[in-house]
Amino acid sequence: MSTDAVTSAGRTGGAPSLASADETAAAREPDATAQTTPSPASTPAIPACACDTAAGHGAAAGRGSPGGSGRASRWAARVPLWLWLALAVGAWGVAWHWLAPFIDWLAYDVLRLGDGRFGSAVAFFIYDVPKVMLLLVAVVFGVGILRSFFSPERTRHLLAGRRELVGNVMASGLGIATPFCTCSAIPLFLGFVEAGVPLGVTFSFLIAAPMINEVALVLLAGLFGWQVAALYVGTGLFIAITAGWIVGRLGMERYIQDWVRDIRMGESASEEKLDWNGRVRYALQAVRDIVGKVWLYVVLGIAVGAAIHGYVPENFMAGIMGESAWWSVPAGVLMGVPMYSNAAGIIPIVEALLEKGAALGTVLAFMMAVIGLSLPEIIILRKVLRWQLIAVFVGVVAAGILGVGYLFNLVL
Amino acid sequence: MKLEILGSGCANCDKLEALTREVIAELGIADAEIGHVTDYAEIMRYGVMSTPALAIDGKVVLTGKVPSKADLTTIVTSALA
Repeated sequence: MSTDAVTSAGRTGGAPSLASADETAAAREPDATAQTTPSPASTPAIPACACDTAAGHGAAAGRGSPGGSGRASRWAARVPLWLWLALAVGAWGVAWHWLAPFIDWLAYDVLRLGDGRFGSAVAFFIYDVPKVMLLLVAVVFGVGILRSFFSPERTRHLLAGRRELVGNVMASGLGIATPFCTCSAIPLFLGFVEAGVPLGVTFSFLIAAPMINEVALVLLAGLFGWQVAALYVGTGLFIAITAGWIVGRLGMERYIQDWVRDIRMGESASEEKLDWNGRVRYALQAVRDIVGKVWLYVVLGIAVGAAIHGYVPENFMAGIMGESAWWSVPAGVLMGVPMYSNAAGIIPIVEALLEKGAALGTVLAFMMAVIGLSLPEIIILRKVLRWQLIAVFVGVVAAGILGVGYLFNLVL
Repeated sequence: MKLEILGSGCANCDKLEALTREVIAELGIADAEIGHVTDYAEIMRYGVMSTPALAIDGKVVLTGKVPSKADLTTIVTSALA
């Protein structure tokens, strides 16, 4: 069923598009297409993809930093960066420490929120928004530092010529550490294939990269504890490794679109070495980009969570999404695949569902389906993969998510 | 000079193109030719794995992001030098 939708959507995506039809691009197009195979390579229409990340830092990200420019550099010139960083970390710690007492005071002494539905919904909201924001900033910064050590080019190099299994494990891990955005899924796929990274290993990367999301990881840790966060990462890695391995075993190389084989990749621009100042700047940029982009979703998500918290009766979800309802896991996955939300927005909903008696496995399955399998990514991949391979990819990953959902409902 | 935006028509690619045009206009570079490469095979030939990217006179100077205007100005002026 979903594959039908995918094929037709892929075709509309491939239809001659109006997007970015400026004269120069149009002028270029004929000679570009003449050199390679006809259409699919040059379809300009890409469905909206939520690139949270300031993806690359390869060729030139470091470039701006030494001189910098404008206000930021005059600022930074006077006070060393590490001092700013220390101050920021200190302020963060103080804010984190005093958050709960302060919000209690605000909610019950100043606003005099009662125990009623409205009161508990508002209290939930004003407590969670600053808490989630603080966590978000800290985690995005930390992951930004980690990512400044990795780039798609480097990952490609690390994975080239890896055997299966070892390759699947490495690719899944690198999927977490490498800056990745759905928009870049195609060049990345092409680069991997061209470098001789096995198909299954490439898939391990493509599954892990969106599914194990740093924003989701930290929010889960902050809201439900490290155990749940560890479960999320562990099962996400497990799905990426096994699903990629299965795709590799099935030997589906012939379902890659033909034009992909003719791709020859040029020499990558040499990467500039970042020093620690550069890494910190890179991470700060990531904080600006990501937090700037997702804060609204976070607030909206928490608002929905707060409404469920205040207005949905206790254990309301137990009947629908509890452990006894066997069908709730597949239903959650089926609902989750076409839905596309960034991780930050989905977590507060997850929180509220759990609190009202939904089973952890069901909720995790729903969440992974939402962020791990997304329609935009599927449509983009349609350009390099035939539908048979897409169907296998979606099927294997969905089956993995299902298995994880049932497993947790059984074990916990 | 010849500037090429490498990217398959995603929102960020269009943003980068608009920003490049702005920077070029502000720097008053008259002989600038701005193109937009959307063909994946062509993009790969530049060795680019994350889009959007910018190539100046055939050399990739930026990958995987839309820079700030100040950074882009620095990049363009240092390519001119």
